[in-house]
Amino acid sequence: MTTPDRKALPDGSFPGPNAPRRTWLLILAAFVVGLLIMAGVGAVLVSIQGHKAEQTQYPLRVVQIAPTELDPAVWGKNFPHEYDTFLQMKDDTLKTPYGGSVPFSKLERDPAMKTIWAGYAFSVDYNQPRGHYYALVDQKKTKRQEFANQPGACANCHAAEAPQMIQQMGWENFNHTPYKEISGTLHIGTSCADCHDPNTMELRITRPAFVNAMAARGIDLSKATRQEMRTYVCAQCHVEYYFKGDNKVLTFPWDNGLKVEDIIAYYDKIGFKDWTHGVTGAPMLKAQHPDFEMWSSSIHARSGVTCADCHMPYIREGAVKVSDHWLRSPLANINRACQPCHNESEQELHDRVVAIQDTTMELLKRSETGLLAAIDAINAAETAGASDADLNEARQLQRNASFRWDFVSSANSTGFHSPQESARILATAIDYARQSQLAAVKVTPKSAAQK
Amino acid sequence: MDVDRAESPPPRRRLGHLLRLFPIWTWLSLAGLFVWIAGLGGFTFTYAKGFSYLSNDPRACVNCHVMRDVFDGWNHGSHKAVAACNDCHVPHNPLVAKYAVKALDGFKHSAAFTLGGFPEPIRITAFDRAIVQHNCVSCHGDMVSMIDHSTGPDPTDCLHCHSDVGHLQ
Repeated sequence: MTTPDRKALPDGSFPGPNAPRRTWLLILAAFVVGLLIMAGVGAVLVSIQGHKAEQTQYPLRVVQIAPTELDPAVWGKNFPHEYDTFLQMKDDTLKTPYGGSVPFSKLERDPAMKTIWAGYAFSVDYNQPRGHYYALVDQKKTKRQEFANQPGACANCHAAEAPQMIQQMGWENFNHTPYKEISGTLHIGTSCADCHDPNTMELRITRPAFVNAMAARGIDLSKATRQEMRTYVCAQCHVEYYFKGDNKVLTFPWDNGLKVEDIIAYYDKIGFKDWTHGVTGAPMLKAQHPDFEMWSSSIHARSGVTCADCHMPYIREGAVKVSDHWLRSPLANINRACQPCHNESEQELHDRVVAIQDTTMELLKRSETGLLAAIDAINAAETAGASDADLNEARQLQRNASFRWDFVSSANSTGFHSPQESARILATAIDYARQSQLAAVKVTPKSAAQK
Repeated sequence: MDVDRAESPPPRRRLGHLLRLFPIWTWLSLAGLFVWIAGLGGFTFTYAKGFSYLSNDPRACVNCHVMRDVFDGWNHGSHKAVAACNDCHVPHNPLVAKYAVKALDGFKHSAAFTLGGFPEPIRITAFDRAIVQHNCVSCHGDMVSMIDHSTGPDPTDCLHCHSDVGHLQ
């Protein structure tokens, strides 16, 4: 009988009769073991995948925040620490030497302002601003709404609904629609959505006017570092602005730069005026809270210290550090706002700030005295019969002086954001005010000058 | 007879072959040179406290007096009891990274101090600063978990404000 052809093994022997079954069993066993190993690897892979997905879930979310969600209370469910501090902006009892959160009337404290702004809404109602919590409420009920028919552009910064309304109504349309027509749809003042992305909590820009202004300056916001964003989100609103053209489009006058001279040059070039002075007839410019512009010229800005570093310093809540969302005067929070970098006592730091503010206030008062003198002189010249052509120079100088004074006066911090620049601007304001007075006296017809 | 398997000569015979390549005084000079280098090198190593650099003792870093202010700052600072030089300036793990950085830093230090010409006040390099920043988070990670952004491309810079925590100088 012929045995089936079998290959001899290397040592000359032949495999036994059960060899095929044994081979198959071996293969089967290897297969099963392989299966088990692969199953294990697969399980590990899935577990890693799960962990990676969890990682993208940072921060931990209790509720999913819709892209259109504006209510801070909803955002607050995911971020209770930040929301708690945010709510503390309800406090309007903070008193600092020159500011704070008590909404006192600035016109009562400084009646010169009524004359300097004669003929403009601010001469009727102008209060120390309260916290972000009141941004919309106080805007709705200011007497400036009765003085003039304010445009919807005002809501750009004071209402959380602004970005959505801009999308619905269109940028130009939203800006020129009268405020009173849209105020019914505005319910939320400052909100988390103004600065934060609802999914990642990353800082983001939501106000078109700031985007436009930075684009005009050639700055690419998508390349901004996190530190820069910690200033930019505030610079969406804490800036000098005007309403451009008939559509009252909110625009920042930054094409030439951020210094007061650059901004005046911008306005002069387009022949813009905010109002005609009620006493002198001069074409006047009003400055509004140029906090970002002032800060930009400061040593703190040069040192990379941003708005959030002082106004939203990190605070330890239990075992975690979070940004303090109770935006207020750092004078109320010197330990956290200043002492991480400045190793002096709180009293010393407080005294340094107040020394700067005292000096600034002294210069502000001098500017006001000069402005009042200029207004009086122009008024006297006009009454005595000086012509518009004669008074043109004095009026232009008054416009110049007034805007410079206003630039520092309306900026928060009473000069602290940039002390030397504030002093420089006020020095030029005083100079222009007295030049204006001189120019007016020069063109006053003789009979009036002798009185 | 097996001609395929040539036997190699026994060890002593091999050494002999080698030695006969050069005269004896060549070998003696080489040996002397080697002893000279090893001896002087060894002495220099000990004189420079070479072994101290393998340790974790902060006093090793003050072997160079240019580090005296730095050491004083740390010695009077907030982190004296909890962090020595390596704890901030050298990665904690993996082990390879730790010793690689130790070696690299050591080399840079010796080169700089031997050749001179480094600008004063001494500033940390970007590479080493990143290591320190990472080590801030490795200890304080829980505390700053909400604000450190350390997994992204733009981590919060602890040292921007807390520059005097280790040593101010």
